[in-house]
Amino acid sequence: MNGASSNRMEEGRRLRHLSDVRVGEIVRFMGVEHGCALRMRLVAMGLTPGVPVRVMQRVPGGPCIVAVRGTRVALGRGMLDRIIVENAE
Amino acid sequence: MKLRVRIALAGNPNSGKTTLFNAMTGARQRVGNYPGVTVERREGLCRLDDVEIEVVDLPGTYSLTAYSLEERIARDAIVGGDIDVVVDVVDASNLDRNLYLTTQLLEIGKPMVLALNMSDMARAQGIEPDAARLSELLGAPVVETVGHRGEGVQKLLCEAVRLAQSPEAFRPPRIHYGQEFDAALETLSARLEALPSEARPPYPARWTALKLLEEDELVAGRVADRGLREDARRLAERLIAHAGDRVEALAADARYGFISGVCQKTLRQTPQLRHTVSDRIDAVVTHGLLGIPIFLLMMWMVFRFTFALGEPLMGGLEWLFERLGETVSGWWPEGSDSLLRSLLVDGVIGGVGGVITFVPNILLLFFAISLLEDSGYMARAAFVTDHLMRRIGLQGRSFIPMLLGFGCTVPGILATRTLEQGKTRLATILVLPLMSCGARLTIYMLLIPAFFPKHLYTRVLWLVYVAGIVAAIALARLLRSTLLRGENEPLVIELPPYRWPTLRGALVRMWNQAWLYLRKAGTIILGISIVLWALTTFPRKASFDRDYAAEAEAVRARYEAAASAVFADARSEDVRSDENFQERVHRIQKIRAQYDEDVIAAPLDEGHGDRVSARLARDARLAALRKGDPEQFDLAARYLDEAREPFEETMAALALARRTEQITHSWAGRIGRVLEPALRPLGFDWRIGTALIGAFAAKEVFVAQLGIVFSIGEESVATLRERLRTEYSVLTAISLLLFCLLSAPCMATIAATRQEAGGWRWAALQFFGLTAVAYLVSLGVYQIGGMWWR
Repeated sequence: MNGASSNRMEEGRRLRHLSDVRVGEIVRFMGVEHGCALRMRLVAMGLTPGVPVRVMQRVPGGPCIVAVRGTRVALGRGMLDRIIVENAE
Repeated sequence: MKLRVRIALAGNPNSGKTTLFNAMTGARQRVGNYPGVTVERREGLCRLDDVEIEVVDLPGTYSLTAYSLEERIARDAIVGGDIDVVVDVVDASNLDRNLYLTTQLLEIGKPMVLALNMSDMARAQGIEPDAARLSELLGAPVVETVGHRGEGVQKLLCEAVRLAQSPEAFRPPRIHYGQEFDAALETLSARLEALPSEARPPYPARWTALKLLEEDELVAGRVADRGLREDARRLAERLIAHAGDRVEALAADARYGFISGVCQKTLRQTPQLRHTVSDRIDAVVTHGLLGIPIFLLMMWMVFRFTFALGEPLMGGLEWLFERLGETVSGWWPEGSDSLLRSLLVDGVIGGVGGVITFVPNILLLFFAISLLEDSGYMARAAFVTDHLMRRIGLQGRSFIPMLLGFGCTVPGILATRTLEQGKTRLATILVLPLMSCGARLTIYMLLIPAFFPKHLYTRVLWLVYVAGIVAAIALARLLRSTLLRGENEPLVIELPPYRWPTLRGALVRMWNQAWLYLRKAGTIILGISIVLWALTTFPRKASFDRDYAAEAEAVRARYEAAASAVFADARSEDVRSDENFQERVHRIQKIRAQYDEDVIAAPLDEGHGDRVSARLARDARLAALRKGDPEQFDLAARYLDEAREPFEETMAALALARRTEQITHSWAGRIGRVLEPALRPLGFDWRIGTALIGAFAAKEVFVAQLGIVFSIGEESVATLRERLRTEYSVLTAISLLLFCLLSAPCMATIAATRQEAGGWRWAALQFFGLTAVAYLVSLGVYQIGGMWWR
């Protein structure tokens, strides 16, 4: 994923940032914009492309908690703007 | 057959690995330098029939990349170490995520046993992995375990030993990464195997090949053959061009592909993203508005718990050391000036005893923190505080080391290894000493009851801790916007399901912490106590300002005269040597001494209930005693009031004056005096200065040192408090509390900072920076406070 992804989002491809997902919604994790160490860390926590993710809790302007593969993972604010998700049907 | 087998426990954080380790080894464990942080290796021993099993508890990790220190430690131990068998601890209720580490262990190819842990909880959730099928697919024995009940532990050990005896029985499945990828792996591993043995890296060939393709620099560094490295790079580039993604990511996809195959065949249902009890608790505990108040409440409860239970235990230990001091002191004739006696009683028993007295509080604090950690709350605390911590340039994960810092700064500093190397971590290390440690608690426990009424103890203590936190926030902000400006690593942390913490787990952790503390008390503090005793004893003063012997003689003569007068009036000189009479005198003295003790223990305000009831109790006991023989009682009381007690008080004052003169003359006194002009504006005198020298060595020494300076080595903390109360103002106490909170951390902390931050300059910055801050704050408080206090 790179800078081009934001353009694609504008095209309405149902892609958005995790920061735009409401509490309770279920989406598919797609990837992370820049940062390979970070990406591998997320992979190790079970966040692989296509995996369903549910937003459980969100501190306004702060981090959020997601449910993924039967665990709960807290993700910091700085990360939410870089994680790309797709609507799950 | 091997009689010694080494096994390593690997697994995700929160997989119950440590609980299983405790169940395996019981009390037979050796904790590395600093527990609470699993970065250091924890080892234990257990036995199965004739085989001695050494168990290594590796740090909990989600994978085995080179990106974090813990992962590197774990993988180095497995790949390069002398481990016979790896026990992979897997949370049965969360199989797919946990198997990610398992696949990487399979890649390494070390003989492995899988522990399907917490299988009871998985079953309760309706998740029942098919263990036999799983074993078939992974080529490794699979044992269902319930760590906290010890279920399956024997079987697990059996399988591990069996595998250690015949490692060739382990046939791990090959994970397929894709045609081209697999071909590249084959080529590289063949090339690696063809290398002469001295040029071959000490790792399995296929794993080395995989890591070369993943561009793992640490592994590449161990491959001396330049041409081979170049070829690996070219192969990797081709793979990347072909698949359009990094090799690491391709490998991860392949692993998850393998895992989903395994899960489909072994799980009847895939876990759903449904709400659990934990989520319901989290809805409140991690709530945007409620989270912080709940967190503060939790911390408040930890402190309440520590103090409410710690106080009586402390009293008991204090009593024990007093008796010990008295016993040892009794080996010499009364009034002896023996150096050895002084060394043993004042230096060793006084110094070490003063520190050990505070062990109950430290134990209880660690116990409470362990409970919170085991329950799963700590991760929530990191989540809740992340937002705030980020505002000051730190992060939620800085929070756990800082919390450990409340126990002891040193493990706190070591725990910052969970943060990525960088500016956030440096800033965390530098401000960490402001989290008031257990050793400083000893100082507060001495000062607060001496200067504040009882109902304010907890509140003052709370304020001291909060002041430390506020100072840490201010300094962290300052550092992150000046010296350590830069980007902050984002938060990624797992929130494990809430669990009832086990008593055993909390006790083991508590004991490990306490043991470290005691060992410190036994060695460093014993040494320092002796050095400080020597500093206060030498050089010995040859000629004193006052003629103490002559004065004592005069006092004794006055006493004789007064006593004669009392008995002459009563016309009963012979009653003085009467056994009955002496017994009566002794009993009155005891009742009065008890009253004095009660009053010292009671809160300061005069009309307070405790004081009134102490007085009433004394009067009642005296009245009861008088009933037996009023005439003799009155005579005994008069003898005490007019002769005996004034005599004893004057003699004690003389002895104290002599000791004070001696200490003033000693090295410690001289150093304190040299510092006094600088400390005066903070409200401190040379005696506090002398004690602060001790605090630089180790914070808990402050109390012992103050005791020695005030010649109260062999007496109780209560007596020392009484002395302090008469010597200093409340304002001095506040200034001193803040100074002890903020000033230069102890030697051990400085050493840890140097090691972890990578250089003396950070350690020096921490030492001088914090001392300067402490000086300015105390100066401000004392000077500004003095304007309207008096």
